[in-house]
Amino acid sequence: MNNKRRIGDNIRIGLTGSAVLLIAAILAVILGTIIIGGYKSLSCEFLTKPSTDGMTAGGIFPAIFGMVFSLLIMLIAVVPVGVATAIYLHEYARPGLLLTKLIRGAVNNLAGVPSIVFGLFGLGFFIQFIGGGLDHSLGQSGLFGQPCILWASLTLALMNLPMIIVATEEALRAVPQAERAGALALGATKWQTIRHVVLPQAVSGIMTGVVLTISRGAGEVAPIMFTGAAYYLPYLPKLPTDQFMTLGYHIFVMTTQSPDIDATVPIAMGATLVLLALTFSLNLVGIVIRSHTRSQLRKGR
Amino acid sequence: METKHNRLEIRDFSLYYHRTKALEDISMSIPEQKVTAIIGPSGCGKSTLLRSINRMNELIDGVAVEGEIRLDGEDIYGRNIDVVELRRKVGMVFQRPNPFPKSIFENVAFGVRMGENGRAKDNLDQVVESSLKEAAIWDEVKDRLHRSAMELSGGQQQRVCIARALAVEPEVILMDEPASALDPIATAKIEELIFRLKEKYTIVIVTHNMQQAARVSDFTAFLMLGKLVEFGATDRMLTNPGNKLTEEYITGRFG
Repeated sequence: MNNKRRIGDNIRIGLTGSAVLLIAAILAVILGTIIIGGYKSLSCEFLTKPSTDGMTAGGIFPAIFGMVFSLLIMLIAVVPVGVATAIYLHEYARPGLLLTKLIRGAVNNLAGVPSIVFGLFGLGFFIQFIGGGLDHSLGQSGLFGQPCILWASLTLALMNLPMIIVATEEALRAVPQAERAGALALGATKWQTIRHVVLPQAVSGIMTGVVLTISRGAGEVAPIMFTGAAYYLPYLPKLPTDQFMTLGYHIFVMTTQSPDIDATVPIAMGATLVLLALTFSLNLVGIVIRSHTRSQLRKGR
Repeated sequence: METKHNRLEIRDFSLYYHRTKALEDISMSIPEQKVTAIIGPSGCGKSTLLRSINRMNELIDGVAVEGEIRLDGEDIYGRNIDVVELRRKVGMVFQRPNPFPKSIFENVAFGVRMGENGRAKDNLDQVVESSLKEAAIWDEVKDRLHRSAMELSGGQQQRVCIARALAVEPEVILMDEPASALDPIATAKIEELIFRLKEKYTIVIVTHNMQQAARVSDFTAFLMLGKLVEFGATDRMLTNPGNKLTEEYITGRFG
């Protein structure tokens, strides 16, 4: 009996263990392929020069620049709206209310919408409806009613809204109710309580959401390919109304549209390596921020 | 002129939680600069009654009240009452110490900083010092004011929470079983403190501990199933209860 149980236990350890090994192996293969295929392309020029000769030579600087540009606008749009929504849902809204439940359900459903749908929505809503409407009322054409960084970033923002909201709500939930009560009992207003007691403790959780949002925004192609990302641009974008190149889309374009795929593959591999390194280091930054604010909080700063 | 000696007047006060009546027709006068204890078996509504005095029950969904609670003659559930102002006049100390994860100094300064007029922003140091002294914790923390309040022991945290409440200069202090999470030595310190604080403040304390009520309070209210069974001077009530239920409770026949 005892022996049987031990064997059963060992089998289960073996099964779960091999699942872990499998995952680790897959990750190692993916990373290995990209690193081996891409590291030779990496150089200072690769990161600071534009691509040349129909994407068979040169660097990826415009794609990095465009990505940073669009992610900044995305953050400016998504963080305030997302954090405000979460604060309302968690701190102000009455939990039992039907409207609250509806909003929360809507947020969860928004998270489940495929990213390509966001892309099409951005095209229809931002570019044609809002952009076209703006152009019409300003009496011009083709300024706002065309794909550009602004609309692509807003589309990304929309897609990442649930992530920020959920992360913020999670962070707010982690703040003990007793501390809110303590602040209110001292004659702090609701907002003062949120501002001076709740938010300082929620910041690390919110930052985690922000970092995840950046990672996800950097990796997504579908929402931006109709709304602003360009196939190839000979110049850098200057205004939010310009089109832009971005790393994810650039990789897609290089691997599918290159006139000389053998010459392009190392560049595409290098670009992929850069994208991966960026998202990994972003996650690292997130972890550092989180543990730093946590230890600061524990010290009571 | 009853209101002169009775800062707090509870009149025909009932509280509903959804459809359930949690407090029923409670009337009692809480005298000024005395300690009034609220005792009773668990679930009798003693904390609910306490939290009605600074309207903390409003944080819970589905609470409705009837009747009046008068502070200095004015109904705190009246239409012109600013609940934020009310809570500055009626401070509260909770069952479990709940300091903010900030420095000791910032904990005590919090209420003052949140005040509308920003009173005494310049003599904040002084306010913090005198509040900590009043709460009998100054000597233990004076060299570590800018360290986190979370590093203190439970009993010290509770006294910092008391100092935090005192810094706002309340008239009434509500204490919800303030020593129930503490060891006997820390409890003794809190009780000693309560005894001294009544020289200046009106104190209402909820306790499930009969000996504690006997030690610290001047008046006692005995609650059961949301009703006030008996109210009177503590000495009289614990030695010679006027009601059979009170007698059964204090002699430990139920609880």
